[in-house]
Amino acid sequence: MTSTEPLLAVNDLTVQLTVEGQRRPVLHQVKLDVRSGEAVGLVGESGSGKSMTARAIDRLLPRGAEVSGQIRFDGQDVRGLAGAALRGYRNKVAMIFQDPRAHVNPVRRIGDFMTEALRTNLGVPASEANKRAAAMLDQVGIADRDRRLRQYPHELSGGMLQRVMIAAALLTEPQLLLADEPTTALDVTTQAEVMAILDDLRREYGLAILFITHDLDLAAAICDRTAVMYAGQIVEIRESALMHSDPLHPYSAALAAARPDIASTAHRLAAIGGRPLSAFEAPDAECAFAPRCPHAAEICWAELPALVELDGGLSRCARAAELRGRLSAGLTFGGETGE
Amino acid sequence: MRLAFLGRRLAMLVASLLVASFVIFGALYLAPGNPIAALSGGRSLPPSSIRVLEARYHLNQPFLTQYWYWLSNALHGNLGISITLRENVSSLIESRIWTTAGLVLYASVIILVLGIGLGVLAGLRPGIVDTSALVTSAISAAIPSFVAAILLITLFAVKLRWFPVLGNGTDFVSNLRHFTLPAVALAISSLAIVARVTRAAIREEADREHVQTATSRGIPRRQLIRRHILRNAAIPITTISGITIASLIAVAAVVETAFGLNGLGAYLVAAAQSKDLAVVQGISLVLVTAFVVINVAIDLAYAALDPRVSQGRRAG
Amino acid sequence: MSTAAPAPLVTVRPSRARSATGLLRGTGSAGIASAAVIAVATLLAVIGPLIAPYNPTSPNLGLNFIGPSGGHLLGYDFEGRDVLSRLLAGAQSSMLGPLAVVIGALVLGTLLAVIAAWRRGAVDAVISSSLDVLFAFPGILLAVLAAAVFGAGLTAASIALAVAYMPYVARVLRGAALKERSQPYVAALEVQGASAASICLRHIIPNIAPLIVAQATIMFGYAMVDLAAVSFLGLGVQPPAANWGVMISENQVGITEGYPLPALVAGACIVAVVIAFNVLGERLFEQAQGAR
Repeated sequence: MTSTEPLLAVNDLTVQLTVEGQRRPVLHQVKLDVRSGEAVGLVGESGSGKSMTARAIDRLLPRGAEVSGQIRFDGQDVRGLAGAALRGYRNKVAMIFQDPRAHVNPVRRIGDFMTEALRTNLGVPASEANKRAAAMLDQVGIADRDRRLRQYPHELSGGMLQRVMIAAALLTEPQLLLADEPTTALDVTTQAEVMAILDDLRREYGLAILFITHDLDLAAAICDRTAVMYAGQIVEIRESALMHSDPLHPYSAALAAARPDIASTAHRLAAIGGRPLSAFEAPDAECAFAPRCPHAAEICWAELPALVELDGGLSRCARAAELRGRLSAGLTFGGETGE
Repeated sequence: MRLAFLGRRLAMLVASLLVASFVIFGALYLAPGNPIAALSGGRSLPPSSIRVLEARYHLNQPFLTQYWYWLSNALHGNLGISITLRENVSSLIESRIWTTAGLVLYASVIILVLGIGLGVLAGLRPGIVDTSALVTSAISAAIPSFVAAILLITLFAVKLRWFPVLGNGTDFVSNLRHFTLPAVALAISSLAIVARVTRAAIREEADREHVQTATSRGIPRRQLIRRHILRNAAIPITTISGITIASLIAVAAVVETAFGLNGLGAYLVAAAQSKDLAVVQGISLVLVTAFVVINVAIDLAYAALDPRVSQGRRAG
Repeated sequence: MSTAAPAPLVTVRPSRARSATGLLRGTGSAGIASAAVIAVATLLAVIGPLIAPYNPTSPNLGLNFIGPSGGHLLGYDFEGRDVLSRLLAGAQSSMLGPLAVVIGALVLGTLLAVIAAWRRGAVDAVISSSLDVLFAFPGILLAVLAAAVFGAGLTAASIALAVAYMPYVARVLRGAALKERSQPYVAALEVQGASAASICLRHIIPNIAPLIVAQATIMFGYAMVDLAAVSFLGLGVQPPAANWGVMISENQVGITEGYPLPALVAGACIVAVVIAFNVLGERLFEQAQGAR
């Protein structure tokens, strides 16, 4: 069922942006794979580079961005695509965004928004496109679909608009869905509904999903594997189920531990001391997490650790092998570093 | 929902016009001295003329009744009689209104074509086109119409002799020649403002997230510009264009005076100087009405372009 | 810790008011250059008539429209007067008129805006609708009407323009005052028993002060243009008084006779000062927006 090569293969992706005249790195040697039909979570705090990764994959980086490394989709090099080939790629890889209200044109009707790609790129006649849009609205659980198609975005609630965005993304029958924090702007109940829809659609259409979020447990809910980013670098990729019990990087362990467990009592909220590093603050010659890491040793300050394979996952911890088993949740991190 | 918005806007239009006409009429009483003195412009009149004025303006009736008579007369096209020329104000207006209308129309075309055109170009292409456009527009936005007028006359009419200096033309073509410099003088500063707002609007729209969404779905650049950037930027662009065109109505008076065109504006100024109050009131009423109507048209256009306005915000 | 009276709930009001030099420094080199031009113009407005080398108002027929020569840097105008002297003397009325307009529109506009923002509800609705209706009068039109009724002159024109500009000021400031009104510190002050007037005067207005200053600066430019236009039309400052707008209209006849200099120089003065006010005003406006 699966070919040897993953559907999406990102290797050694490094991106630098020019911000106010200065060149700043935002992604450093990012490595990521998504197989056909697989859901992969991409987790990190603000500034970790997770959104940027998705944008790089979808060729949505701002002008003047310097990109190096490889992005391959379905065997094709993505970075070299142009013109019609690029548009074709965009039909096969769909992206949904965090704030639906900002991401949908407010002066056009819902039906127009949903069918635009179909009518323009795929030459589907309007009536047929509208039919498909209506059917897709059913799939995402929106009732009274014909009326909705004629309405404007401001007449729909945030949650509904996000479902419309998902439906619209799926109309071009993509193979991969990039979901950039689709539920962050929604309330918890709606969040659960949208997650359920994404999961159902994945199963139904065999869709691969790259699910970006800052919430480790949310990613684990529908993703088979989870990748964790810190300071513009991938620090761990692991099966979601093992992320809690057997993490391969101190940062992932800390993230997992930081979420309060409703079942147990904590005397103090677990927090990681210090503050998260943005990508452009990440040092070149040492582990970016070392200053905050309770397990930091000399080797961590000596050089930037490489991503190594371990137990089917990847880790950028220099001490990953020796720390295995000692990183699991249950550790609490105080305000100071050091064991 | 749309009808309610329309109704409200029209009600405001009527209210504005009523208040404006009240102010214009009331000016009669604000003037120092009694109304007769104001109407006669300080001239001494024979008793028979005074009686005629009293009868025509119903000066023996209460203030509001007078206002009512004046207003209903005005609505029927009777705006009184000019004290200096002894003719019907309405016919005096009629003979001059096309000059002003033509001038404003000509200037509007220049503003829309050049202003929006340059703004779109500068907005879509950063670089040299953009920076030079910015600088030029900053300077020309500050040039008042009458200064532009004398500059243009100096350069194009006197030095280069491309255009006539003063006056109206005789037929359409010669009218075009006579009206070109005045129209440009009228348009220059407004053109700059429209160009700058257009450029800013285009820039802002191009950076918006919904444009990213469309890009991520592979919409071709041309279509992106047309359906998402231009269409959305049309809202502020229409507003600023409408506002500047509305303002032309008043500034036209200055340009007409500078170029010796016999339009409504020039006549208004002359009447103000000779204190021919009936004429001043009549022309003011016409100009204010035009101004208010254009403003309402702007609001309606805005509502037509932006569905969030007329329908009000509702979550489904 | 201390035995003094209980400290007020809000000890520091979030202040966005900055010193004048701070505001100015934030406007960049263009802003500072503009401020310099404005300073020069203001200086001339005050001392212009005193430093004029020749009499700016008495005519010398027979010397009309002679170009720059002898001690006359800019030549003679249509009545044989020294152009430079007339320019210097004209700075006074050219700058004072707009000043009166701006002060009038600001005082009225701020008052109405703050009242509307403070009271909200019905009072706000009434004030806003009235302001909307007042938008019907373009400034110049009102000035012409005033001239017809009260006679031509700078006073009537200035008052008319102030009335015409007031709705614009009020609308912008009302929005800002409303935002300020809904800040938590205002509620805190109300709870502590501060009166409406004191909150408005000592907190709300100072916090929207940068916006007020920006508005005033931009408005000065517009007022200058409009007043010069009214004087150009013969309905403002009356000749032989010196005024840049008047100078343009009275010397216009020289253009066709080949002596454009007097009219053009007067125009250049107007444009230079207006550009300065526009640029400075815009920079100040950006700063005021950025600070919120």
